[in-house]
Amino acid sequence: MTVQELPGAAAYRPTPPPAWKPLTDPAPLLPDPEPYRVLGTDAADGADPELLLRLYAELVRGRRYNAQATALTKQGRLAVYPSSTGQEACEIAAALVLEERDWLFPSYRDTLAAVARGLDPVEALTLLRGDRHTGYDPREHRIAPLCTPLATQLPHAVGLAHAARLKGDDVVALAMVGDGGTSEGDFHEALNFAAVWKAPVVFLVQNNGFAISVPLAKQTAAPSLAHKAVGYGMPGRLVDGNDAVAMHQVLSEAVERARSGGGPTLVEAITYRMDAHTNADDATRYRGDSEVETWRAHDPVQLLERELTGRGLLGEDGIEEARSAAERMAAGLRERMNADPVLDPMDLFNQVYAEQTTQLREQEARLRVELDAENEQHGTDDGGAGR
Amino acid sequence: MTTAAATATARTAKAKPATMAQALGRALRDSMAQDPSVHVLGEDVGTLGGVFRITDGLAKEFGEDRCTDTPLAEAGILGAAVGMAMYGLRPVVEMQFDAFAYPAFEQLISHVAKMRNRTGGAMPLPITVRVPYGGGIGGVEHHSDSSEAYYMATPGLHVVTPATVDDAYGLLRASIASDDPVVFLEPKRLYWSKADWSPQAPAAVEPIGRAVVRRAGRSATLITYGPSLPVCMEAAEAAVAEGWDLEVVDLRSLVPFDDETVAASVRRTGRAVVVHESTGFGGPGGEIAARITERCFHHLEAPVLRVAGFDIPYPPPMQERHHLPGVDRVLDAVARLQWEAEH
Ligand SMILES: Cc1ncc(C[n+]2csc(CCOP(=O)(O)OP(=O)(O)O)c2C)c(N)n1
Repeated sequence: MTVQELPGAAAYRPTPPPAWKPLTDPAPLLPDPEPYRVLGTDAADGADPELLLRLYAELVRGRRYNAQATALTKQGRLAVYPSSTGQEACEIAAALVLEERDWLFPSYRDTLAAVARGLDPVEALTLLRGDRHTGYDPREHRIAPLCTPLATQLPHAVGLAHAARLKGDDVVALAMVGDGGTSEGDFHEALNFAAVWKAPVVFLVQNNGFAISVPLAKQTAAPSLAHKAVGYGMPGRLVDGNDAVAMHQVLSEAVERARSGGGPTLVEAITYRMDAHTNADDATRYRGDSEVETWRAHDPVQLLERELTGRGLLGEDGIEEARSAAERMAAGLRERMNADPVLDPMDLFNQVYAEQTTQLREQEARLRVELDAENEQHGTDDGGAGR
Repeated sequence: MTTAAATATARTAKAKPATMAQALGRALRDSMAQDPSVHVLGEDVGTLGGVFRITDGLAKEFGEDRCTDTPLAEAGILGAAVGMAMYGLRPVVEMQFDAFAYPAFEQLISHVAKMRNRTGGAMPLPITVRVPYGGGIGGVEHHSDSSEAYYMATPGLHVVTPATVDDAYGLLRASIASDDPVVFLEPKRLYWSKADWSPQAPAAVEPIGRAVVRRAGRSATLITYGPSLPVCMEAAEAAVAEGWDLEVVDLRSLVPFDDETVAASVRRTGRAVVVHESTGFGGPGGEIAARITERCFHHLEAPVLRVAGFDIPYPPPMQERHHLPGVDRVLDAVARLQWEAEH
């Protein structure tokens, strides 16, 4: 017997439920279908020349930094380096849009953003060199430790921004994550918390096409990563991640929005990782040369350079000047990275707890005896310090 | 009258029956009143006061910014607490039940436990994670896990568990005041256990990391903590009839571990049984037994024995009494300590 055949079924009409309407009109939260661009469009004419030149100098330095760090892996001075070559516009813009009191939450790929924010390049590399985990005091430059587990730093950014607001400080946190990282639960939880708490956070997704070898199509079925924002009730913005000026504008707006109490924004930057995932990866196994070449034609440094030279703001001299400043930075980095770090094995025990436990004191004493024996054997007396 | 005696009188004068749950709530309240950086967050901790009502009244007294109902997401809660602590707050996180803390494991292990170490001491995280744990309350699946071994295996965390009303207050105050992260395990079947207790004059707050002898004895030591303490105390009383005079050590803190108190007791008695309801294989008892053996080998008259829960997923409520170590199982182990006679 079907429902229609039930006696009286035809007469039955359910009581309409109480009126319901969505909490927010989703339309204003949706990203534009095309990534936002400035360079090469009319909008570029309005851009501040001083900002353009500053961005350019930083991009050139950033490109050189990536090359130098990669070279240091070949010389065995760095254990590993996840290069952000091709993504410099994202890295630099992320660092430059923040005020001094703001906080940056970088992922393992974002060494460059940390350096552009003012962190000593050598301190920024200790994690990747392998001598320390976080070789800097996060409070000094307000840069959280470079985060290796994917997306786990995003809830930290939310918590910090929330705490700052509770204390009455107009501090913004900008958190960076890759396209692969957006699949992690922590990404979801962080965005949800941020939106519910209206926390002053900017989430920057650098969509560089791949999570190691896995392309975006195997990562998500969403129309774009920026579209995910609407599900949390925050605006999503799609930007050309190789357009430093567009990146700067969109991130500045998001930071301003957060600072003035407007809540979080999800920014997706469409960019490309020109190098392999790290120096240890073979990118030819999962992507073809032609794809890489297409992106080479859309290089962030070249894009801005063309704009500047086209507008007569930059000549051969200016380019040369930016390049030699970058060379000086690279030479300094090389020199300092060529010195062996001096490490004290006793540090292994020092920073586990505020007060060392008896168990750790015993273990420390054991290592001390081992080191003393070692030193005696090798006739060295450097107090156990050494590489 | 000596000062100590005077204090004791003052305490008993005001002391009234109080539950462990009340003492925990009071510890939160007093910590929040004393230090404005203390914030409580978790699922249902605000309006409802938590499913065990530990946080009852805090949102009303301190506002929703200090006692916050969060979205339902354990990693998000603990992850946000990390950021809050980075900015100078002292978050106290409530995990609703032992087994629901697992989604937050990544945050706990990779960030909470390691931030001090990762930053070379520059960024300690004073976070307290309160976890109601253990069985015996007839909870259905995922509501009765003893998760202490997972936490103990993670350097950088303190792992604390009270067994008395006094300790519930004192240890929670000490945990919140600690500059290191503390996993504060609340034995949920003792939430309603009572003692004469005065919120106006609670026992002194001791630093984390000291075990205490709850009952002095000469013939063997029962080493236990949290929910198994009352079981051991009862077993010790029952053993008197068998001619056994048992000492009972309450660990109170699993990390740091008080080797000294434990070893001193076992050296006195020469025999030891470790009692807990967490599984035996890979459980805390193995670690404790090994430590005792290393320190007290020549004083031992018998192997160190363990009385633990079975090595099974926590059973359904109608079967949990078979799993939980009770007085008989403890006494049976004590009987097996007559090693010389048997071998
Ligand atoms: C939780 C976690 N799982 C796995 C890894 C190993 N891993 C490191 S990078 C990476 C890919 C990340 O891709 P994406 O988020 O797109 O960032 P990108 O490397 O492209 O910057 C993976 C799987 C990790 N670091 N953390």
